[in-house]
Amino acid sequence: MSAQVSLPSDREVRVTRTFKAPRQLVWDAHTKPALVVKWMLGPPGWSMPVCEMDVREGGAYTWRWRSDEDGKEFGFHGTFTEVNEPARLVHDEYYDPGEIGGDMPENDPALVTLDLSEAGNVTTLVCTMRFSSKEARDGAVSTGMTDGMEIGYARLDQMFAQAA
Amino acid sequence: MNLDATFSALADPTRRAILARLAEGEASVMELAAPFALSQPAVSKHLRVLENAGLITKGRDGQRRPCKIEMAPLNAANDWIERYQQIWEQNYVRLDNLLEALKQDAPEARGKRKKK
Repeated sequence: MSAQVSLPSDREVRVTRTFKAPRQLVWDAHTKPALVVKWMLGPPGWSMPVCEMDVREGGAYTWRWRSDEDGKEFGFHGTFTEVNEPARLVHDEYYDPGEIGGDMPENDPALVTLDLSEAGNVTTLVCTMRFSSKEARDGAVSTGMTDGMEIGYARLDQMFAQAA
Repeated sequence: MNLDATFSALADPTRRAILARLAEGEASVMELAAPFALSQPAVSKHLRVLENAGLITKGRDGQRRPCKIEMAPLNAANDWIERYQQIWEQNYVRLDNLLEALKQDAPEARGKRKKK
């Protein structure tokens, strides 16, 4: 199943995804920097030169990504506020626009909650990002606002079903 | 373009149904009210929300004032979600592969320890 995106409230975005792996491994992949840098890379063309994580309550983390194309960087940093291995990880998230800028506010952190549950060798990941404002959420992904895209009502309906 | 207004307007199933109807063609308030078992004022209220979000416009056809769907905000909303979904899915496909590799390693490592 590919990742499902829903909007539980006007300040939140939720991503849900299942993995055919034990929960502990999914947890490790989210909390061990050597593993995180292998997958949390976003779109093609980015690397993660900085990934420092002190995974304990009150511990800090710094993530930085670099564009292969022009070397420009941006990042996130913050503190782990809840660490309950291997079920729940909560951190606040400050945006560092680096050289790329963007529409996200720098001083209003988002709160990111990762919930992992396991049943029958399948781990369900629910990642909820709560932004400081509606504007911050909408800015979290700046869109090309391209015209002429076909709209799928069934798709929209499914996505907003949770929000309704 | 105000994504927030778009998302709020779309968060209601009746309003999504109204938009689905309007995707097939223009319709008057009365025509829209018929299939929903809603009063005309109730439908008008939903239409105002949709109109304020820029999702529909009202024509100038005398008293009839047919409603017309506007695709641009819907496209922007869909685009936003799609971008978000794609970024995460790209990450998670890589994570799938990493987890497969970790699963291969884990039993092997345990086996080796047992032998020793």
